[in-house]
Amino acid sequence: MKYLDEFRDGALAQRLAAEIHQLTTRPWRIMEVCGGQTHSIIRNGIDQLLPPTIELIHGPGCPVCVTPLETIDTALAIAALPNVTFCSFGDMLRVPGSQRDLFSVRSQGGDVRIVYSPMDAVRIARENPQREVVFFAIGFETTAPATAMAVLTAKRLGLRNFSMLVAHVLVPPAIEAILNAPGNRVQAFLAAGHVCSVMGYWQYVPIAERYGVPIVVTGFEPLDILEGIRRAVRLLEAGEARVENAYARAVTFEGNRAAQQVLAEVFEPCDRAWRGLGVIPQSGWRLRAPYRDFDAQHRFAIGELHVQESPICRSGEVLQGKIKPNQCPAFGTLCTPRTPLGATMVSSEGACAAYYNYGRMALPETAAVPSRDERGDDHARLA
Amino acid sequence: MCLGIPGRVISIYDADGVRMGKVDFDGIVKEVCLEYVPEVQVGDYTIVHVGFAITRVDEASAQETLRLFREMAMLEEELNPEEHAETRVPPTCPLPPSAHHEVP
Ligand code: SF4
Repeated sequence: MKYLDEFRDGALAQRLAAEIHQLTTRPWRIMEVCGGQTHSIIRNGIDQLLPPTIELIHGPGCPVCVTPLETIDTALAIAALPNVTFCSFGDMLRVPGSQRDLFSVRSQGGDVRIVYSPMDAVRIARENPQREVVFFAIGFETTAPATAMAVLTAKRLGLRNFSMLVAHVLVPPAIEAILNAPGNRVQAFLAAGHVCSVMGYWQYVPIAERYGVPIVVTGFEPLDILEGIRRAVRLLEAGEARVENAYARAVTFEGNRAAQQVLAEVFEPCDRAWRGLGVIPQSGWRLRAPYRDFDAQHRFAIGELHVQESPICRSGEVLQGKIKPNQCPAFGTLCTPRTPLGATMVSSEGACAAYYNYGRMALPETAAVPSRDERGDDHARLA
Repeated sequence: MCLGIPGRVISIYDADGVRMGKVDFDGIVKEVCLEYVPEVQVGDYTIVHVGFAITRVDEASAQETLRLFREMAMLEEELNPEEHAETRVPPTCPLPPSAHHEVP
């Protein structure tokens, strides 16, 4: 339990961990949906505080990781057009497409810019009326309110040179797809806190009932995650398939109504492909008809792209919790954050990158975890 | 990109009909859209995601979250991504950005 002293409140963490040990009488498999939670779990060694019979399965909750290769290639093709200024969140720039990534488009003279907010892209469009400004709209329900407002603003300002490549994905349909998959191993979910800040958690109640799984709305900090796991284990042991909110300081049942209204105005649900998982029905948002002019896919005729995933990469199995990252033969050898073969190695919220950065090189059973002091050296050696 | 960061609202104003404000994230001040949190007032803490406030939080939990981000040296990088794009090598490295300045 070498990580316990790194918690803000070591004593509270210890109590939570002890209670989880006490509650656990059987093996349970719990999926944390959000990539931010995966990062926090591996960074803080939370999985290693748990009884060995509790397995955390790292879910597909990193938007960078699940954006399909076709979409990345479309982005690369648009970004390379001479009159285009392509704006993206920083994490997307190193995600490998079939041939290259956005960084290489930029080094070959493409105007690719990293923005913090979609509103930055609207501002760039306003200041550069002679350029076509395209924003790469990826992300879950947390990010979509921002892109929706960017579209509304662009429309109100009458901007004709602004558009978005929309690749938004939704958490509840992904949870259902995981539960419906043959051989599903997940018995309970930690739902992503900030997604629920926006959407509330009423959507999860019918899922918990229909599939008989407990779902616990959980935050991102180490203590939040331990508390989420504690509640999930308690519900599992009691055989109760309910939704509980372990992140009440930022989440209400109904969520953010103002944001939900704008989302419903701008977006409609659509089927969407997830990298590594395939098409999930009604699992994405696209622009509604009145906003189609802002759809980059309509504006730029990129045509059919034929894409080839790396034959070595097993990120699809990682995203479904079928293997752990360090069980992929390329992990840490052919595939590192500098030479990523799959998106799960690129984003800091990807499970492969989290395992790599925090030294989980061996299989889980034998993993030797470096202490905090050793980590810097360890990293230098591995990198 | 997926981080939600708490900050303190230090001003609120209207920009082209949108409710905007300045939010202080532990010393880094950014312009933030407050359209989705009509209840938030100057002095309140709110969780901000890609430039949009999505929910109110209390000060104690906001401070605690900020402390964690500071320790992980993630605040600067998240809030000023373009400046850190080139120094972020590899992009997922847990070392603080300052440790990378010599890296080509
Ligand atoms: S380690 Fe690399 S190659 Fe293996 S699954 Fe992860 S991203 Fe793919």
